[in-house]
Amino acid sequence: MSAKMIEIRWHGRGGQGAKTAALLFAETIMATGMYIQAFPEYGPERMGAPVQSFNRISEDPIIIHSGIKVPNYVVILDSSLIESVPVTDGLDKSGKVIVNTSLSTSEVAEKLDISINQVYVVNASRIALETIGKDIPNTPMLGALVKVIGTLDIDGVLKNVKTKLMVKFRHKPGIVEGNLASIKMAFNEVKS
Amino acid sequence: MRKEENKKLTAAELPVGGIVEAGTAINFHTGSWRSQRPVWNKDKCISCLICWISCPDGSIKIVLNEKGTSVVNGIDYDKCKGCGICAKECPTKISAIAIEQERK
Amino acid sequence: MMKTAYSKGNLVAKTGNEVMAEALRQIEPDVVAAYPITPATEIVQIFSQFVADGTVKSEYVAVESEHSAISATIAASAAGARAMTSTSSQGLCLMWEMLYIASGLRLPIIMAEVNRAISAPININADHSDTMGARDTGWIQIYSENSQEAYDNIIQATRIAEKAKLPALVAMDGFITSHCMEVVETYPDADVKAFVGEYKPERYLLDVKRPYTLGSIDLQDYYFEHRYQLAQAVIDARDIILDVAEEFKRTFGREYSFYEKYMLDDAEVAIVIIGSAAGNVKAVVKELREKGIKAGVLKIRVYRPFPAKQIVKDLAHVKVIAVMDRSDSCSGAFPPVYSDVTASLYSARVLGPKVLSYIYGIGGREFCDEQVVKVYETLGEVAAGLEKYSREVEYINVRIK
Repeated sequence: MSAKMIEIRWHGRGGQGAKTAALLFAETIMATGMYIQAFPEYGPERMGAPVQSFNRISEDPIIIHSGIKVPNYVVILDSSLIESVPVTDGLDKSGKVIVNTSLSTSEVAEKLDISINQVYVVNASRIALETIGKDIPNTPMLGALVKVIGTLDIDGVLKNVKTKLMVKFRHKPGIVEGNLASIKMAFNEVKS
Repeated sequence: MRKEENKKLTAAELPVGGIVEAGTAINFHTGSWRSQRPVWNKDKCISCLICWISCPDGSIKIVLNEKGTSVVNGIDYDKCKGCGICAKECPTKISAIAIEQERK
Repeated sequence: MMKTAYSKGNLVAKTGNEVMAEALRQIEPDVVAAYPITPATEIVQIFSQFVADGTVKSEYVAVESEHSAISATIAASAAGARAMTSTSSQGLCLMWEMLYIASGLRLPIIMAEVNRAISAPININADHSDTMGARDTGWIQIYSENSQEAYDNIIQATRIAEKAKLPALVAMDGFITSHCMEVVETYPDADVKAFVGEYKPERYLLDVKRPYTLGSIDLQDYYFEHRYQLAQAVIDARDIILDVAEEFKRTFGREYSFYEKYMLDDAEVAIVIIGSAAGNVKAVVKELREKGIKAGVLKIRVYRPFPAKQIVKDLAHVKVIAVMDRSDSCSGAFPPVYSDVTASLYSARVLGPKVLSYIYGIGGREFCDEQVVKVYETLGEVAAGLEKYSREVEYINVRIK
């Protein structure tokens, strides 16, 4: 695995948009000039079931197509998954976990039994309610992920998300603005 | 066995995809395997053409009469395979076609 | 920085299915008949949306089974239309008898196939059992490593099939490629249309001025000649495939051949593989080369016709080869790709390379870098004469005992 390649695993529940988040993340990162992959975990689909999706991003073309075993970042859309799914699977000491939760980093670190330095928290559900009006945590978590990775271009991401959402919601500009606001807010609020 | 055996087309000569040109029956006397034959009675026939439309091999011969109407003119024994459909379909009251044992 | 291979190319983020549907839209066949099956469903689902939206003029026939899908495609093709279909796994199985009819009638049908395991037990993930089962049906088979290749292959396959008068299927790995979004370069509609050109069949059933009979009985006296013709046509398709690849490179800038050689020319150990897993193998080879290990890869793209002579030439110098099959023949002997590679070597009296048989990734079983490394380690040991190597099929990552 190339040192420059970043691998991400998203955990969510069916319907929370883990797959959509990975796809949207990939598309927007690609628009900033990087190679990407986004792929879901393939299994039975039902609302509420724990699901995973994955991203690879790299400056160079990505030629591998195997699953991601040692993710650099794990994004958890639903904090209840911490109790029920092995979300830290494959995570090494340099791996980072970003959780949508109202808990503190130390509380999450204790639950996950990993170092506090590896944990980032953001209340993406609250942010989504304030900005979009619905508990759809996937877009704000995208902002938090961009912040934690640190090397990505947040302005480019915002611009590309806007372009993408404008196509889908051209008759509902409020939704586009809400989503962009949620990304910005989570980008600013996510803390270690 | 026909003498054409050694004239059969090779793989290089055959049209691809199993295409068979249409209308090739004209080259063959497909009536040769007949065991029964229909015999048409000109005097009884009213030329209703039910036999003509029923024949699977187009073996009922028709011609235009002086009024410009199609009338039955006989049976093409080169093509007729003796299935008997014409005799069966000929209206009962008319019975213009009889089936006989093939004389060979 | 990301670059396009073609000056007018456009980089997009798309899944394999999306980009396959995109190619179908650009080719705009006269008729598409299909029945949905995971993981190929999206291809025709997206395409049927194009039809509904009026973005293509193609006739879309929603049928009641895969058997009907291929039957309708065959009928459309025989009538003179450019006809395409798409399927996967059990769908391909249900098409079985009609696959032979498509090739026997020499109809240039194009199929977008997404590789998936075959039941039972039920499994929706990738392996090559479906298309490998159809390897002797007289169809051209082209496999894709990623979405880009799937897109490029289906464009080329259209030209190849119509020139060769043979049906062709383009395969990509289920989910791994079909559902993975990655960067793909697409070309402008007009350029794709210009490349595939207009389909002008020599003979077609709707040509009322030159009627003919199709599908007649063909017994002891002629059937053999017709099947010989078919076998020759598949052989002759080799030159057509190379010609089309050459023109594709001139037009769009991407290079294709029967197979891709990666660090093979001076390799002492090599893996022969098909499909998405080739990427991982190449990545491992890159690392092994940095350590001074002379490893290489031969990734088969065109499996039917099987490029036997060329493969022999390119493998003859390799000391030890592993042929990796993503399907099992359950023959009691060896799986399909291994059988083809070794038969080609043996018939050419090239007996130098030792050839090992591996089966991996059945039913989507994870195939990762560590396993590839291990295979190369074994090859290295056999090459050094250190290891008594297995003369039987080795199964990778399966719990045997």
